[in-house]
Amino acid sequence: MTSTAEPEVGRARLRKEDARLITGRTRWTDNMSLPGMVHLAVLRSTEAHAKIVSIDTSAAKEMPGVIAVLTGDDLDPGGQLGMPCAWPISPDMKSPRRPVLAQGQVNFAGEGVAVVVARSAAEAEDALASIDVEYDELPVVLGMENALAEDAPLVHEELGTNRNALWVFDSGEAGSGGDVEQAISEAEVVVKRRFRQQRLVPAFMEPRSCVVDPTAAQLTMWSATQVPHILKTMAALTLGIPEHKLRVIAPDVGGGFGGKIAVLPEEIMALLVAQKLGKPVKWTESRSESMVAAHHGRDQIQDLTIAARRDGTVTGLKVELLADMGAYLGLVGPGVPILGAFMFNAIYKIPAYHFACTNVFTNTTLTDAYRGAGRPEATFGIERIMDELAAELGMEPLELREKNWIKHEEFPYTTVSTLTYDSGNYEAATEKAKQLFDYDGLRREQRERRERGDPVQLGIGISTFTEMCGLAPSRVLGSLDYGAGGWEHSAIRMLPTGKVEVITGSSAHGQGHETAWSQIVSDQLGIPFEDIEVLHGDTQSSHKGLDTYGSRSLAVGGIAVVKAAEKVVAKAKPLAAHMMECSEDDLEFAGGKFTVRGTDKSTTIQDVAFAAFMAHDLPEGMEPSLDAEAVFDPENFSFPHGTHLCAAEVDTETGRVALRSYVCVDDVGSVVNPLIVEGQIHGGLAQGIAQALFEEAVHDESGTLTSGTFADYLLPSAADLPSFTTDRTETPSTTNPLGVKGVGEAGTIASTPAVVNAVIDAVRHFGVNDIEMPLTPMRVWQAIRTGASAAGGPGAEAGGGLGSIDSAQGGAR
Amino acid sequence: MIPAPFDYVAPSTVDEAVRALVDAGEDAKVIAGGQSLLPVLRMRLAAPTTLVDLGRIAELRGVREDGDALVIGSMTTHYDVQRDPLIGEHAALLARATDTVADPQVRHRGTFGGSIAHADPAGDLLAPALALDAEMLVAGPAGRRTVPAADFFDDFFTTAMSPEEILVEVRVPKHTGWHAHYEKFNRVAQAWSMVAVAATVRTEGGTIAEARVGLTNMASVPVRARGVEQALVGQAATPETIRAAAEHAAEGTNPTVDGNADVEYRQQLARVLTGRAISAAMAG
Repeated sequence: MTSTAEPEVGRARLRKEDARLITGRTRWTDNMSLPGMVHLAVLRSTEAHAKIVSIDTSAAKEMPGVIAVLTGDDLDPGGQLGMPCAWPISPDMKSPRRPVLAQGQVNFAGEGVAVVVARSAAEAEDALASIDVEYDELPVVLGMENALAEDAPLVHEELGTNRNALWVFDSGEAGSGGDVEQAISEAEVVVKRRFRQQRLVPAFMEPRSCVVDPTAAQLTMWSATQVPHILKTMAALTLGIPEHKLRVIAPDVGGGFGGKIAVLPEEIMALLVAQKLGKPVKWTESRSESMVAAHHGRDQIQDLTIAARRDGTVTGLKVELLADMGAYLGLVGPGVPILGAFMFNAIYKIPAYHFACTNVFTNTTLTDAYRGAGRPEATFGIERIMDELAAELGMEPLELREKNWIKHEEFPYTTVSTLTYDSGNYEAATEKAKQLFDYDGLRREQRERRERGDPVQLGIGISTFTEMCGLAPSRVLGSLDYGAGGWEHSAIRMLPTGKVEVITGSSAHGQGHETAWSQIVSDQLGIPFEDIEVLHGDTQSSHKGLDTYGSRSLAVGGIAVVKAAEKVVAKAKPLAAHMMECSEDDLEFAGGKFTVRGTDKSTTIQDVAFAAFMAHDLPEGMEPSLDAEAVFDPENFSFPHGTHLCAAEVDTETGRVALRSYVCVDDVGSVVNPLIVEGQIHGGLAQGIAQALFEEAVHDESGTLTSGTFADYLLPSAADLPSFTTDRTETPSTTNPLGVKGVGEAGTIASTPAVVNAVIDAVRHFGVNDIEMPLTPMRVWQAIRTGASAAGGPGAEAGGGLGSIDSAQGGAR
Repeated sequence: MIPAPFDYVAPSTVDEAVRALVDAGEDAKVIAGGQSLLPVLRMRLAAPTTLVDLGRIAELRGVREDGDALVIGSMTTHYDVQRDPLIGEHAALLARATDTVADPQVRHRGTFGGSIAHADPAGDLLAPALALDAEMLVAGPAGRRTVPAADFFDDFFTTAMSPEEILVEVRVPKHTGWHAHYEKFNRVAQAWSMVAVAATVRTEGGTIAEARVGLTNMASVPVRARGVEQALVGQAATPETIRAAAEHAAEGTNPTVDGNADVEYRQQLARVLTGRAISAAMAG
């Protein structure tokens, strides 16, 4: 047997799953094909707000290949079904019913209105144009302040308001700090800013898709989802299907970024249609559908007030948010901005803090989790206003941060928002980042460029971030009225031939669970990496779990794996002692071997597993199995942190921003696989930088998404990004046995303010103190010219590209 | 993202292609490399009844010399234009502009003639063709005719060609030894040009003898920056003369407004990019 000499944990292993994921030679939901399967296509509302006068499906039903055309009333005659929201953030939160397909009224452009069932996907799509919907337009509610205005039209008349909920935290009331109004009134310096978090599209690579087979023993649904376990329970509750009669499978899933934490009306629709017809059905959205119908992210207006003494000591922070829910509530949508409540105080010792968030309905696509979910928004707000405070005080922004941050010897530290940060070392990460960045050299060059009036100005942006992740301790979720716990499950099957199957309740969709979990189990059990298979995403094999989001997989699910492995060893030990005729107390376990202390007598865990399988000679009373399972509920969040430094060159003649260098030193605790960590950081940085510079979901005044293609909704490629300099410090988490912290969202959370701060720093001497995201060249140029905060673009139309194609003239002639 | 049903014809000669267009009637479309047409079909922004594919017509591919001009077959791919030694030597401006088109996959499928015929004002090959005084040879039911670039582009996505005509080849006068640069401005690398400037210059001694400047996306059609050209001729190519000449770049332009740029900003870009294009051409 090959016992692993050097630990697997810490090795930069290439990922087991890469070959099949990169080549696409794998099982995605959309390439499933079942006997007799029929295809679904959804007609989507062209109106953002309208009464449905009539839906005429008669012509569509006559189209070739069409089996059925169904409306919301056909699927749910009683109007009883509503899509679930699992996070009622306040007792008086307003929850509109979200039907499977619109019934009586459409509330955003893109909402499903009818579904065609046909023999092929092409025939289903062809028939959509033959459905005749008559709408009676209602006034369209766009913009959160408009929605809250006194005489604003209502998205949902029956709610009597566009205000979804108000959620408040106040440190004075909570007893965790002082009174913020007093801090502001007594402050030597007060800085107020309004920031806008534009709306983003999660833009996962694989569009959403589901297949339902009603002919299987259990009603079986395959779905491109992040949350197969939650989907199973929620679908059962929503439709009244007995939970044990439903099986959900997330096969390989091509990215999610939070965009696939959902229970989709289309999934419920597919379950209903499949049961109605008794045939397997498939629904796969087009990219155009995904842009309007899959939930969006961010979309907040942030009003921040920070109070400080002249010496830079922060004395109070007041945060007032408006958060756009869109037309309905998603699975966890209302809670997303609330996750930010705990993060605005960030790494700083802020003695008085007030947070209030008003969630608002508008006639737009609903918003919900998107990479970071509430925490990028908070980090952006605090890191931006720290720069503004530094400018007001005339202080070096890094010194201002250092003056206020929690010192490494002060951990564990309980913050003003009541979280206890277990560990961290902001000084070490910052010092390393400064050196890698050549901070002093770049500051010198910045001065020189300013002095000589160089048309290309240089700016330095800082983001010293932390985040709470590893969602989550169940008792904390309970205190936040969340509809589930935060534990995770794992099971280990010791096979007769010495191979191992690891079952995890985390649901991989690109993260690399199979590799990382194999590394963990290899070390725990001394089994070769190659002999371990990780099973996930199928509620039949992985029967228990809470899935993947919030950077929870390793810090929660990975620990469940450790706990399950410990149980395997504990179960093996009596049998090993029995086999070697010694006392259990004389055994030690290392490198996959039980050794009798002080002798060279040993047996491998594989031999023990085989003996358990044979069960010919077991200790008295032992069950013939080494298999074990464990559920881990974390006692605390994990708190990764880091220092990100960005150098941006701003072409003052064109407004173009070019990132010259980007250095980040992240502390994600102990690392299982440095290559996976590096990949997560790179991808996260790309998405965070994209928010700063490129991405924006734009609606026109009629509520139509004008950035509805990737020609208009700009995603950067490698050509648009600098070569990142990444490094790490390692301050192990003290609240889990691996010492790990989450890494899935860190890059996204940290990078957006670093980039915006860099650009503002480059042009501040022109009188600019803010530019709205994304920092398009025109906005930057206009800001420089006007020497003031630049507003948005001139129109609500997306620029260039496919959006500019005249539909009457389109095509290559 | 599934196109509406259509008939498909793949003729092997130009005459057959023209006949196919005539037969199919007004809802027929020509497909060249398909890089603009296919997205439009898949999004069902257009639903032609017949596609006439030019991909199997051998005579439409390739670059040849014809006296004092180059002749570029309309179905020559961007990739082939980029690497063609004749174009590199006699029409470098085209090669430099083609370098900036989308990404390698698109450049392998997309065609020079398809881009010209599509007449998207944000397309990168229109302004260079205009600047180089190219001529378009088109074939139709009434035979073949030549249209100068200056008369070819009528409006957004609209050319002087009738629906039954196809673009056969583009004749580009040789600009041997001319300096050339294409200065493109967009928000991400694969995006269309917000504004771009095609500049090519011939010098004698230290003096600019001739200059041609074309602007991308500064109107519904590509435009020549005549004021810049006139201001450059006879001048020594110094930063000052170039800057002064570039100030004329936006004269007479009528750019569209979209979320990326308003008129004023596009005109600013035209001036700045023109100066940079000329400077880069001289340095190249």
